[in-house]
Amino acid sequence: MESNFEALAEAWPRILDGLWITLQLTLGGALLAMVIAVVLGLGSRLHNIVLRGLCRAIMEFFRGTSLVVQLFFFFFVLPQLGLALPAMVCGILGLGLNYGAYAAEVVRGSINSVPTGQWEATTALSMSKSQQMIRVIFPQAWALMIPSLTNYLIHMLKGTAIVSFITLADLTYHTEQLREQTDTFFAYGVSLVIYFVIAYILTLIMNALEVRAKHRLGRGESLREALTPKTPETAAAEGGRKA
Amino acid sequence: MNGLWDWDAAWAVLPELLLAFVQVTLIVTVLSTAIAAVLGLFIAILRMSVPKPIAAVITFIGDFIRMTPIVVQLLFAYWTFLTIEPLTIGIVVFGIHYSTYMAEVYRAGIDSVPTGQWEATTALSMSKRRAWTAVIVPQALRATVPALGNYAISMFKDTPFLLTIGVVEMVRAGLTFGGNNFRYMEAITLAGVIFLLASYPTSLLISRLEKRLAYNY
Repeated sequence: MESNFEALAEAWPRILDGLWITLQLTLGGALLAMVIAVVLGLGSRLHNIVLRGLCRAIMEFFRGTSLVVQLFFFFFVLPQLGLALPAMVCGILGLGLNYGAYAAEVVRGSINSVPTGQWEATTALSMSKSQQMIRVIFPQAWALMIPSLTNYLIHMLKGTAIVSFITLADLTYHTEQLREQTDTFFAYGVSLVIYFVIAYILTLIMNALEVRAKHRLGRGESLREALTPKTPETAAAEGGRKA
Repeated sequence: MNGLWDWDAAWAVLPELLLAFVQVTLIVTVLSTAIAAVLGLFIAILRMSVPKPIAAVITFIGDFIRMTPIVVQLLFAYWTFLTIEPLTIGIVVFGIHYSTYMAEVYRAGIDSVPTGQWEATTALSMSKRRAWTAVIVPQALRATVPALGNYAISMFKDTPFLLTIGVVEMVRAGLTFGGNNFRYMEAITLAGVIFLLASYPTSLLISRLEKRLAYNY
């Protein structure tokens, strides 16, 4: 067991390198996915049937063809068409397009569930179309969509574990290296715990974003208030306020 | 051979892909869905029937399995049980991984059964076992059928992860063909098309089922 920890200490810098690759893929993929989700999500609500149909078709296509197939398409097939992208770009493209298509459905659904009265109010205030969306509708939809987006973010983190097949030395790849020096239970135990901790931190960040989004809509406490430990006095004051 | 799309290569690879599809992809999807459906229900009921601290431990284990990559879990199981066939390992790992999702679905389903139903079982002095099997579970399951279907589709699209433990599923078959012939275009594209053709109609069916079940309540 002691030699296991020595091997771990020795391999730690490489594991951190792998972790960095995993994080780059997750965060890069998440940013791309968010852009795609907003574009396709808004696009699938357009009146123009051609554009709307196109957005829906893109969504269904990327949702239906499996993440691994898309990654391999970018990595193995595109070079044959004369477009050889770096492995990292292929990874981010594959993750971003696949989960962007899933998240687009969340964006569309959340925007649809903003109450009609809000739309009517923006008309009554003669806001422009972009003002309507940016200042009134999207902030409310954003608060609704965060829990589902969190799920997809975790899915994306888990999906990155396949990228050693497109030559990227991520956390899973270095786990395999560590296994050769230690044993299966130790190496994969360490790796699973690291993945779990990252997933947990990402969930906490997303929960904080949700608290903030709700507070900005005038619902719930601010992030600062939520993070301050409650002393008996403040708790009593809050109880008094509620009553 | 240098064209964008080579029909000869496409016809050559298609039988191999379909064979892998039937022999691995479909088998794994069906068997793992069955495991996930049964094990998930078992976990959900167990969690509600044991003391709180034990339930918390079960919940934590479930969260741990759900929030870590299935690829790492597959490799872990593969290296731990070297004597067991990779396909079997794949079926069990997929089943366990998705059972943690299903347990959440069942929990929501069980929670949605009105309290009056529980009270009724007490009024009829049913045993705990009979209350679960005859009253609660049948009502809870109804709402969970579409979710089970959606997870089956999502599992179906995750099956290429099996290539990490050397199972020749559809994408692995395509890659092998691509490597041997220096042409990935047809194999990878066709694999994607097969996934799309199988999953899209199924997801349409499930969303129709979802609407019907919602109305009939």
